[in-house]
Amino acid sequence: MAKDTVEKTGDEAARRAWMSLLAKAPEAELKRLWAARGEEPAFDWLRNPEIGGVMVRGRAGGTGAAFNLGEMTVTRCALRLADGTVGYAAVQGRDRDKARIAALADALMQGAEAATLRAELLDPIEALLAERAGQRAARAAKTKVDFFTMVRGED
Amino acid sequence: MYVAVKGGEKAIDNAHDWLAEERRGAPDVAELSVAQIREQLALAVNRVMTEGSLYDPDLAALAIKQARGDLIEAIFLIRAYRTTLPRFGYSVPVETGEMACDRRISATFKDVPGGQVLGPTFDYTHRLLDFALEAEGLERSAPEAAEAEAHPVMPRVTEFLNKEGLIQHEPRPAVESVPGDLTREPLQLPADRALRLQALSRGDEGFVLSMAYSTQRGYAKNHPFVGELRIGSVAVEMEIPELGFAVEMGEVVLTECETVNQFTGSRTEPPQFTRGYGLTFGQTERKAISMALVDRAMRWQELGEDDKGAPAQDEEFVLYHCDNIQATGFLEHIKLPHYVDFQSELELVRRLRREAEASGQAARQEAAE
Repeated sequence: MAKDTVEKTGDEAARRAWMSLLAKAPEAELKRLWAARGEEPAFDWLRNPEIGGVMVRGRAGGTGAAFNLGEMTVTRCALRLADGTVGYAAVQGRDRDKARIAALADALMQGAEAATLRAELLDPIEALLAERAGQRAARAAKTKVDFFTMVRGED
Repeated sequence: MYVAVKGGEKAIDNAHDWLAEERRGAPDVAELSVAQIREQLALAVNRVMTEGSLYDPDLAALAIKQARGDLIEAIFLIRAYRTTLPRFGYSVPVETGEMACDRRISATFKDVPGGQVLGPTFDYTHRLLDFALEAEGLERSAPEAAEAEAHPVMPRVTEFLNKEGLIQHEPRPAVESVPGDLTREPLQLPADRALRLQALSRGDEGFVLSMAYSTQRGYAKNHPFVGELRIGSVAVEMEIPELGFAVEMGEVVLTECETVNQFTGSRTEPPQFTRGYGLTFGQTERKAISMALVDRAMRWQELGEDDKGAPAQDEEFVLYHCDNIQATGFLEHIKLPHYVDFQSELELVRRLRREAEASGQAARQEAAE
């Protein structure tokens, strides 16, 4: 039983990680990589892509009690592949195609295609996001200053 | 009171057609695209997202285009749009301590771990018009690709003070209560801090700025320092009931400001610094700093301070007047036809004048006799 829990936790962490990547993927890049893989697998909608809002919460003082900051747009959908695997997506923005691709990829990542999909889709997206974040961090680092306090001359 | 009127359809259609032409401006000048507004008027987009209370840069840019650059009109469009969205849920509170910072400064500690990072700021510019920007086609070359770096860990400045117990602690409550939501329930007073923070974050920048400025000038003075200002992106996560766990749905850029304010103390607690908090969408630091000052001013009761009768301490005054869409709605409705209403006032003032004249005549007659 303990082993099951560990496995489940491990699977869940892996799924959370790929869902996060798919959600953060730049739309154009995700669509390009997806189209390059050829025809989409057959699927049935469990929940058609739907645009809605999610209330983003913050914490008072950054660490204290939660409060409602404001909403963001999110598109969500759920689908089932022919073999019965269910894919789910809840991705920022209003792009239904992106949500469909993310849900299909989520379903395929749970099956036999996981390794090839990771190599063809997730790894390039992960590399792109890391590169962008790294460039941004490097730009920020260039604006790091050292302030010197001047002697005020009153002593 | 506004009484419905009928008619004028043709004139209204013509007015709106003309509005569309004026929006486009001279046809020999290239049309602005929504993407251009999103990329090149990003701070206007950020303000519309913050006060529209909806994070979606493309929608905010579209609203600015449609509103001809009238930001309050654009905020109105966003507020109207968001009411059409089904609410999927509430996010897990964002972890601003894990922000990938573009900018992070502290006015209280020079040598803050993680460093003082200026980011893309107007600070230290000379505020001289740059006529080079007027010349078109002078494209800046793309920045050279630098060696990619990892975002450094940026510990919270208030945490250093916290370690010594020098600042009021802001602990996560043992039992998380559900914060009130102004988009679901109308504002009720007294408002708790969660409601105040929500109202201030979506409040009008000019109003919140003026309230904050009034506290600096001495109305409910509490001498703030910007302990920390940070701008950057954080992941947004939500519990998905179908899955039974939380997933990241994307990232938002936020501005967070923590002020360090003068001491409070009591019989049980030695003097310590107090805090104000601001959190806003996008790069909107004037707003976030203002929010933190007003948040601090409105905490007077909780911190055992005197009611100095200052406007910024008065939560009813601040919270009922900070929303520019409510204010605009009420203010601008008075330009719509009020003919019936005005007619009755006209009747009344004529009658009062007749009566005054009659009694005046009577008095003069009496005096003459």
